[in-house]
Amino acid sequence: MSANNLQLTDDGRLRHLLTLDGLPARILTQILDTAASFLTVSDAERDVKKVPLLRGKAIFNIFFENSTRTRTTFEIAAKRLSADVVNLNINASSQSKGETLLDTIANLSAMQADMFIVRHAAAGAGHLIARHVAPHIHIVNAGDGRCSHPTQGLLDMFTLRHYKGPFHNLRVAIVGDVLHSRVARSQIHALTTLGCPEVRVVAPKTLLPRDVENLGVHVFHKMSEGIKDVDAVLMLRLQNERMRGARLPSAGEYYKHWGLTPDKLKLAKPDAIVMHPGPMNRGVEIDSAVADGMQSVILSQVTFGIAVRMAVMSILAGN
Amino acid sequence: MPTQLPSPEHLIDRLAAQIKPHIHADCALVGIHTGGVWIMDALAERLGAEIPRGVLDIAFYRDDFSRIGLHPETKPSHLPFDVEDRRILLIDDVLYTGRTIRAAMNLLFDYGRPAAIELAVLVDRGGRELPVCPDYVGLKLDLPADEHISLEKNETEGLYFVMKGMD
Repeated sequence: MSANNLQLTDDGRLRHLLTLDGLPARILTQILDTAASFLTVSDAERDVKKVPLLRGKAIFNIFFENSTRTRTTFEIAAKRLSADVVNLNINASSQSKGETLLDTIANLSAMQADMFIVRHAAAGAGHLIARHVAPHIHIVNAGDGRCSHPTQGLLDMFTLRHYKGPFHNLRVAIVGDVLHSRVARSQIHALTTLGCPEVRVVAPKTLLPRDVENLGVHVFHKMSEGIKDVDAVLMLRLQNERMRGARLPSAGEYYKHWGLTPDKLKLAKPDAIVMHPGPMNRGVEIDSAVADGMQSVILSQVTFGIAVRMAVMSILAGN
Repeated sequence: MPTQLPSPEHLIDRLAAQIKPHIHADCALVGIHTGGVWIMDALAERLGAEIPRGVLDIAFYRDDFSRIGLHPETKPSHLPFDVEDRRILLIDDVLYTGRTIRAAMNLLFDYGRPAAIELAVLVDRGGRELPVCPDYVGLKLDLPADEHISLEKNETEGLYFVMKGMD
């Protein structure tokens, strides 16, 4: 697996986090277990809600694509580890991207960076950077194109495990715009690696990648069948800004067939949880009554995301 | 070096007898993962289960992170009481360099300012690298640097010592 040659050291430890595709279960589990310990850093009993682990390390958040939540949670996570954080929002629209990206990285490396958190619209941007940085520098992919969003996938696994226990007992449905979703790909890779026996994708044909079955998932084209008796419904955001041309008639039509309403949710197990990576399009893919309802764990995902990113950064920095 | 080590249970009795006269109303027991937690629970049976108990994992405060990275198995720390103005009895199984205790004290201070911290260890094996001095000791040994003693636990035998590096 070529990505693993890049993201693992010779003795099998995590050097960069680029994709969950092919990452062994032992590393996924180590990250989830470590994140559970990091959750206590924000305990109410603690006067000082940080640990000294990454004191003196410089972490650069480099976002070539807009993001509020992901960038902010990476920033908070780095600060809770006592690292120094620099945020850079780079609009990469005009220049030749390959050149610019590597030049940017070379310049930042010269400023004694220890870690880059990278979001980029181009798939494989993190891999490209990882191939060119000095050996002591670690890369975390914070989302590249439609390809991968590994820390989101990990925080979703953390949330699932937290509420629903071991993966080998779970039936999980991923619902919505799978085609444009890097989150869905990361979720599918993580769930299959961690031993979830039934991963479903539920979407209209126009929003599914070709050959999606090859990822080890069951495909459903009807919401009523796809979420029947599942333990968790993982909603995806309808990627309006990625839509080119008419894959859908309208947002209203989408809501009618694919929006998660209280009535549709009744088809899942009574104690099923509802997740969403945010930002939500209320009234498009999810009804407010569900988003704010008893079964929603959407805000827990945000909280857990900080602990998971602390785990990733500290494991990388120590390897 | 004694040919036969006393049993951990016997040493815990000895520790409990030393500690008992010094237990105050504002005391709390804090065990360091993993051996320290076993001893804390055993001490609590002897000192009174009503004394508040907490557990610490010092992985995020170790001074060798930049050399060896993050410990692969961390456990959550949990102090279910206010550390502020509390008299803390810190408990560990084996005291060696003192670095674990340094890390544990830094961790405690991130929870608040305790009134006092005392240290109880089952075995002080010597070899300190920091100015750390225990207040209560079950057994004092003077082991050379290439010998190691550790506390283990299993279902059938309970607590027992393992010695390494001796022939």
